[in-house]
Amino acid sequence: MNRLPSRQPTWLIVALAIVPVIGLGVFFLWPFATLLSTAITGEAITNTLSRRSTWDIAWFTLWQATVSTLGTIIIGLTPAYVFARYNFRGREPLVGLLTAIFVLPTVVMGAAFLALLPTSLDRTVWAVIGAHIVFNLAVVIRVVGTMWEHLPTDMEAAAATLGANRWRVFTDVSLPLIRPAVAAAAVIVFLFTFTSFGVIRVLGATGTRTIEVEIWRRTTQLGEIGDAAVLALLQLGVLALVVLWSTLAQRRHSRALGLEPLARRRAPRSPGERHFVGIVVGCTTVIASFPLIALAVRSFSTPSGWSTNAWTNLGQTEIRPGIRIGIDPVDALGNSLRIAVWATLIAVVVGGVAALAIAAAGRSGRLLDTGLMLPLGASAVTIGFGMLITFDAAPFDWRASWWLVPVGHALIAVPFVVRTALGPLRSVDPSMVDAAATLGATPARAWREVIVPYLWRPLAVGTALAAAISLGEFGATSFLSRSGGETLPIAIEQLLGRTGSALQAQGYVLATMLAITTVILVAIVDRLQEPRRTKADRS
Amino acid sequence: MSALDVHHLTVSFDETVVLDDVSLSLAHGEIVALLGPSGSGKSTLLRAIAGIIAPDAGTVEIDGSDVTHTPTHRRGVGMVFQDNQLFPHRSTLDNVAFGLKMEGVGRTERDERSARWLERVGLAGFADRRVTELSGGEAKRVALARTLAAEPSIVLLDEPLTGLDRELHDRLARELVEILTTAAVTTLLVTHDPDEAAVVATRSVHLTDLH
Repeated sequence: MNRLPSRQPTWLIVALAIVPVIGLGVFFLWPFATLLSTAITGEAITNTLSRRSTWDIAWFTLWQATVSTLGTIIIGLTPAYVFARYNFRGREPLVGLLTAIFVLPTVVMGAAFLALLPTSLDRTVWAVIGAHIVFNLAVVIRVVGTMWEHLPTDMEAAAATLGANRWRVFTDVSLPLIRPAVAAAAVIVFLFTFTSFGVIRVLGATGTRTIEVEIWRRTTQLGEIGDAAVLALLQLGVLALVVLWSTLAQRRHSRALGLEPLARRRAPRSPGERHFVGIVVGCTTVIASFPLIALAVRSFSTPSGWSTNAWTNLGQTEIRPGIRIGIDPVDALGNSLRIAVWATLIAVVVGGVAALAIAAAGRSGRLLDTGLMLPLGASAVTIGFGMLITFDAAPFDWRASWWLVPVGHALIAVPFVVRTALGPLRSVDPSMVDAAATLGATPARAWREVIVPYLWRPLAVGTALAAAISLGEFGATSFLSRSGGETLPIAIEQLLGRTGSALQAQGYVLATMLAITTVILVAIVDRLQEPRRTKADRS
Repeated sequence: MSALDVHHLTVSFDETVVLDDVSLSLAHGEIVALLGPSGSGKSTLLRAIAGIIAPDAGTVEIDGSDVTHTPTHRRGVGMVFQDNQLFPHRSTLDNVAFGLKMEGVGRTERDERSARWLERVGLAGFADRRVTELSGGEAKRVALARTLAAEPSIVLLDEPLTGLDRELHDRLARELVEILTTAAVTTLLVTHDPDEAAVVATRSVHLTDLH
């Protein structure tokens, strides 16, 4: 359709797009190209692929991700059903808790499981899988639950009147109909667990290394850049295959359920229902809250009893009088806050103008949209790794620059800012711009008066999201932060890796602080999005 | 002994009493129309009889035995829902065969029997159709065939002819009478239309008279 009058002028779109495009090119595409050329030059490929340990690690990565995914789906389906069908006291807080857990920094989740499990279990693959399952329960409950809510309760009742018991109703009617959502949730969980890094850095041992961890180890511990690049490429290949397969499968199996009205949630009625709901809600609450409670409890526990020492003497990292370890928890706190402020500022400004450019450019905006999403597809580790090996030679030796870590964080946060802002911007009726034009506004003026005001609220959401992402970011930071510039997650991982309960307790203190901050930021995001959501519900 | 006995049934949702002390009896082979304005609790009564919702008080008896606490799938009560609730992931034939499958009837036999039911509702040759492609009248017939194929002892019809255009409504009403009479199945049918009740049912009752 030709909508000339409401089109924003080209110079404006170019002006908006220029910073995001340059940023993406310099800090993502260039490092990515460097990574590619590092991987394919020399003998790195044959070396890496002929090494037995490569395949051991690939196999471990695959099977732990598969088991974690299956476990999450199996454990998550029952609560997904209960959350979709029933109203009960504490429903909203529990959904909030599960969502908060999903966005917790990976290092914090690892720390929580380290705190929860007895020493005999805490550095095994089972601890890793357990952490993955609790971490990702929210994905199943949200993704599958949403589809289940749209499945009419009467369809299940109809199956029952035809003689199907609860189990047959599930296997013969509900499951086939929610299968696309189950598959979608499984793909998300698989992608997260296949690229697991922070959880494994905290909980893993020699035999439990994922490809991500191996990329980090080869790069920073062994200096085998070529091998690491090959591994990064191998992992990207697997991820691309999974995404491709799921896209094709979704297309093939997509079955429109029709726009069914939401089946209404109701309170459990019969004693049987009340028991069922009670047990499921109870178990879910225990699973979701115990790791976090353990985290807080361990920050107060010492071999000689309860103590607030770790909280009050944070920063006392003397192992023996005069001998300190190389990290200062208080410094880490300051570093993290400073980096988060810059990362958030960059992400919000760049994401904001990018969203404006994408919304204004119409079809050609899609290219920029897709481009800015790319860092989400590559893992944080790949991003950090690429930046590390690219910006290491003059005149681009930026490894010591204070802004490199914030830029890395911003790269990861921008897609979220863009996603948040694009929806409202695209919902603006273009005829409002026409209306402004008929009132005498120039195209640029009409754009500023009519469209730009829709940006402020999503940008507030984006600010909180970007701050949460930056504070918890571990993958890219592991490559980019220098000694003395440790962030909270880095300090947590190092403190928990030390022997000595005083240091461990301080690790738990930092993890607890980070958990609380993240939960608060998520609550702010939720609160900011609330009014719009209720309005949409009503209409 | 009645086919269906409802004694002093009370159902309330969140403090709102939807059904208040309702009693009703159906003799074997009767086709009874239950009349009442929309929102008066007619559908709720059907759901309580089918065991889809648990009553707060009162009992439901089928063939003299108390089924108030029997789960839906073991009551032998068939129900045609107002919006049919055909299973979108199954073919037309597999929808009709669902009840027989739950009973454990083998594939060949249940396909034969289901195909016969499709013929009886005038949909021979529809076996492989997707139910999402059926017209309103066709979908209603499939829902009816699906319910009757399971050979329930009671059939509940929730507004079976609502939402169909005039001509289709009248034709389907006549066919419904024929199919239900031939099947000789005890039927309770909910409608807000007294004319429809007069055409289809052997007896009409008004919900407000059931206290």
